[in-house]
Amino acid sequence: MQNVTNMSASAGNTPAFAVKDCALIAISTGRRAHTLGEMCEHLQTVSIDSVYYHFWGGLIQARFDEREYNNDFASWVRHALHDAPLAERLAVLDPTDFADLEDLRRELLELMEQRLDESESLHWMRATRTFEFIRSQIVIFDTRHRIRSPEQLAEVIPQLSTGSVFYHFIDARRRVPDHLDDFREWLSVFGERYAGLRDQLAGVEPYFSSMTEIRERLTRALALAASGESP
Amino acid sequence: MSRLLEAYASVAGEDVIDHLSQLAAQYRGMKVVHVNSTRVGGGVAEILDKLVPLSRELGLDAQWEVITGDPVFYQCTKAMHNGLQGNPVNLEPHWLEAYEETNRHNAEQLRPILEEADVVFIHDPQPAALLGHFPKRRGKWVWRCHIDASRPYRPVWRYLRRHVSGYDASVFSLAGFAQALPHPEYLIPPSIDPLGDKNVDLAEDEIDAVRRRFELDPERPLVTQVSRFDRFKDPLGVIRAYQLAKRFVPGLQLVLAGGSADDDPEGEAVLDEVRAAAGDDADVHVLLLPPDAHRVINALQRASDLVIQKSTREGFGLTVTEAMWKGRPVIGGDTGGIRLQVVDFHTGFLVSTPEGAALRMRYLLNQPRLIREMGAKAHTFVRENFLLTRQLREYLTLGIGVLTGKGEWIELG
Repeated sequence: MQNVTNMSASAGNTPAFAVKDCALIAISTGRRAHTLGEMCEHLQTVSIDSVYYHFWGGLIQARFDEREYNNDFASWVRHALHDAPLAERLAVLDPTDFADLEDLRRELLELMEQRLDESESLHWMRATRTFEFIRSQIVIFDTRHRIRSPEQLAEVIPQLSTGSVFYHFIDARRRVPDHLDDFREWLSVFGERYAGLRDQLAGVEPYFSSMTEIRERLTRALALAASGESP
Repeated sequence: MSRLLEAYASVAGEDVIDHLSQLAAQYRGMKVVHVNSTRVGGGVAEILDKLVPLSRELGLDAQWEVITGDPVFYQCTKAMHNGLQGNPVNLEPHWLEAYEETNRHNAEQLRPILEEADVVFIHDPQPAALLGHFPKRRGKWVWRCHIDASRPYRPVWRYLRRHVSGYDASVFSLAGFAQALPHPEYLIPPSIDPLGDKNVDLAEDEIDAVRRRFELDPERPLVTQVSRFDRFKDPLGVIRAYQLAKRFVPGLQLVLAGGSADDDPEGEAVLDEVRAAAGDDADVHVLLLPPDAHRVINALQRASDLVIQKSTREGFGLTVTEAMWKGRPVIGGDTGGIRLQVVDFHTGFLVSTPEGAALRMRYLLNQPRLIREMGAKAHTFVRENFLLTRQLREYLTLGIGVLTGKGEWIELG
């Protein structure tokens, strides 16, 4: 199945890539957790958008801490509850391993409840920082730019806004079958011809960098693919 | 691209300006109005003074209106401000009468503009009661609270909540500052203007002139704290930290720079204590600067090796952001927005005591390479997260959010 939303009719036989952009705004849910028990209670019922935000939203939002962990839950458990085992287990969760965000929510809860069973002290231990549950609204708009051929990616990607990078490289994993990004999804239309380029893009880590850094890495990956070198 | 847009593009990046233009294009045919209570002075006026012209350059029909009132009105709104920050203040009945009457009067003056506007941003408590006078408004109204209202004095919040509950949305600077309200509460952290006098790049000559003016030795290390002479900023703790560090860094110089404390009896008392604590140490410079000394403050921060903000209580702490923009690591009190901006070993250090601050001064001043690396990281961090362009992007996104409805993913045509 193709991600038709990012493909538009082209003069040739292959679809053009429609460059979209997005902007995210954070919204308070008013929910706060001070203990792991409170975290579990809120996590059971908080809007699923909040799970999205705490995994992905932080990548495009103004944020303060180092992206040491790929999600805010792991970071809070490590730095506010000071429980390394649970932080490490939460940190290896990859949303793309789950069918949807509800599955991801269930796994988060499972890991937290398991840890509560293991550690008596975590039942009463108060975090040194409050966890604020935040959700988000994302506005997506069409830039009217179209990429007609894969060769054009090398000149277009360095110029993309960070919102476009987020939409096509991060948010796509929520929308695209097999949790691919939009670029690889589009390239797959061309069969094996751009398999090397798809591999280069697959090697760009999505979690630990700012969008500016990811754009630079995508640019490098495209240059490497063009020169035929390994990453 | 206009000169203003070019200037912002040169700092924030052309892609950022393109992105803003695309967002602004979604507002074609719409009018956006900001309302506050002063054209000059204060952080809100400073931001609007740049935000509105930048919005216009991007093609937005944006307008900035200011309400006016008599001294009783301002007495009331100052008390509201203090109350929102948690001070137990009593709102006198005649103050509240002045507050409501001022809002009613201003509503009549602004009716033709506000009734027709598509999005109205009302900043802080002063004009918050305008909403009640616009039953026929056609646009969406958003209340923007710039104040740390995390622990408000309840009677003040109870009164204000009556006026702000009816808005379509509100905006707080941090999740921790938000109060429960029956509408979406957006989160938009503050920002700094990279082109304003406080933050613009300065020529080395200008920085040298400020060094000479205050007799600062460029060959010796300098640590600076910029803030009001207020107990919550802990200037005495800063002097103690300096004294502890100086035993190991003999050439150390300290600047404590703050605004005039004339209208604040406690501020004057704190200033006296600070001067007494500084004693006759010629390397402690207590500078009382006028409120418009932005370029001097800018130069002092740039002349410093480290910036300190050892507050024991703080809102967001924009002075921290400003120092980081200038590539200076910050030693900050582990409180409020400071603890969100300062990340140990990355952009500075969080401390809880004068001893902790002294330790970090020594640690950093002995490692100039680390100061440069952390400073560079701090600068990048601010460029990506805390410039005015980011705040405008979020206002524009929020506007689309309130205009189009409640969906989490809003796809425009």
